[in-house]
Amino acid sequence: MALKIVASQCTSCSACEPECPNVAIFEKNGTFVIDPAKCTECIGHYDAPQCAAVCPVDDTCIIDNSYPRYQPPA
Amino acid sequence: MDATTQHEGDAIGMSDKLAEIMQSKAEHQGCGTSGGSGKASCGSSAGQGDLPTEIWEKVKNHPCYSEEAHHHYARMHVAVAPACNIQCNYCNRKYDCANESRPGVVSEKLTPEQAAKKVLAVASTIPQMTVLGIAGPGDPLANPEKTFKTFELINKTAPDIKLCLSTNGLALPDHVETIAGFNVDHVTITINMVDPEVGAKIYPWVFWKHKRYTGYEAAKILTDRQLQGLEMLTERGILCKINSVMIPGINDNHLVEVNRAVKSRGAFLHNIMPLISSPEHGTVFGLNGQRGPTAQELKALQDRCEGEMNMMRHCRQCRADAVGLLGEDRSAEFTTDKIMAMEVNYDLESRQAYQALVEEERVAKVAAKQQELESLAGEQSDIKLLVAVATKGSGLVNEHFGHAKEFQVWELSTAGAKFVGHRRVDLYCQGGYGEEDSLETIIRAINDCHAVFVAKIGGCPKADLIKAGIEPVDQFAHEFIEKSAITWFKDYLAKVKSGEIEHTVRGDAEIRQGALISAA
Repeated sequence: MALKIVASQCTSCSACEPECPNVAIFEKNGTFVIDPAKCTECIGHYDAPQCAAVCPVDDTCIIDNSYPRYQPPA
Repeated sequence: MDATTQHEGDAIGMSDKLAEIMQSKAEHQGCGTSGGSGKASCGSSAGQGDLPTEIWEKVKNHPCYSEEAHHHYARMHVAVAPACNIQCNYCNRKYDCANESRPGVVSEKLTPEQAAKKVLAVASTIPQMTVLGIAGPGDPLANPEKTFKTFELINKTAPDIKLCLSTNGLALPDHVETIAGFNVDHVTITINMVDPEVGAKIYPWVFWKHKRYTGYEAAKILTDRQLQGLEMLTERGILCKINSVMIPGINDNHLVEVNRAVKSRGAFLHNIMPLISSPEHGTVFGLNGQRGPTAQELKALQDRCEGEMNMMRHCRQCRADAVGLLGEDRSAEFTTDKIMAMEVNYDLESRQAYQALVEEERVAKVAAKQQELESLAGEQSDIKLLVAVATKGSGLVNEHFGHAKEFQVWELSTAGAKFVGHRRVDLYCQGGYGEEDSLETIIRAINDCHAVFVAKIGGCPKADLIKAGIEPVDQFAHEFIEKSAITWFKDYLAKVKSGEIEHTVRGDAEIRQGALISAA
């Protein structure tokens, strides 16, 4: 139920951090990471995940398949 | 998209439209040193000229807004703004090499507090540092909190330093009030197009109001916001410089239209820069083989846009963390570790005393040129030519040929000497050029010049320059550039008249691409 940031691709530009409606993004060891417990894939907030939309490097903010997809509350 | 014409050496193709521009430049009336053409005598103004006093006060010690000031005053950029809200095909945010010099590149990111300390440290060490700019490495207005916090801290601790910022303009209308509130009196907007069809070839996407827009729609939003922001700034009396990247085959001719659009909205200065494009930068344009313009193409376009508007010709396309005079980079002296350990004693009085000396030097230079110019008044000739000058600054011919990392280029005619640009000739990390190669590099870079003025030059390069048709001139060592150039030009005209030499037209020159080996 979350996106993740591919650390090797992250330029640490910080563009994603303020865009996250769930305040799930923070800096760790020089790159940014997403707290999967807070991430809602922006469902209910915006049409598309904000981190992926603003990220300057393609395929860096991606769906983390180790979690089930986010299910919005009914 | 043109993916084939990577320019090599002197073999340079030119489109028909560009040939037209070259044609039209013949009719162009330069702003030159004579002034009085009914407009502010260009970014290369040597003095107040016909600039209104309030504008002159704003630009006279700003190295980026006054060509003349850039010989004497320094600027610094602090890299507090890493995030960006648009993507450009000439930019790659993953690239960061300490030996690289071009916009968007930076080695260290700073917090606003670190940036404020750095500004104080630099201002104390370099008394001619008068301007603090925030230019990225992303977009300052995509990081409004960090940008404005930095301005706030500097306003408090070093109120004599001018603040400026450089933005892509997407978020500009939202921040104009704040910008005015911090007394930021210089804003640069990068405007590469006013037609979204053109923009779609330059910008893959913009991020606006929580959505990523692509293609025509993205470029439409961007151009609307840029022009709206420009109007809002000029209404408030904030000086605006427009930066445009010249991308042959994409926006080269279109930039004339951009020039008209920004001029009509009150922009003060237009800076048309060559595309920097090389595969190792990993940019879209670098990888698809999009070439940058040649020196002649760039100058022709700048001349064509110059009609009623100031053109900036002395831009060095510096890094977002550059420190020092334009053309020098002292950022390595001021890394975060070093500045945090520095004892800073900010002494406003000694800064002002130093700057008063600089002003005296400037007045002497203008007087010397004026005198020489008067002696040119009787000359009649259609000859217009370029000369290169090796200088360390202060408006003097004071650099050894072999030490020059760049040459100034001056256009000489009976109207006087007009500064038209710089040519970088430094060595590059990927090449591993030896001594001989570097001489060839220099000759390619100033191949459109008739002479090169130096403080000193060795016998071997002298002979090679003469062979290439470029006269090495060392008799004006440590004298004022404009005065020397005019003296030489008068002599040249006399020799042509007497039949001693024949005037010939020089070829094109190359604009260097690639990474700069840091001077430090």
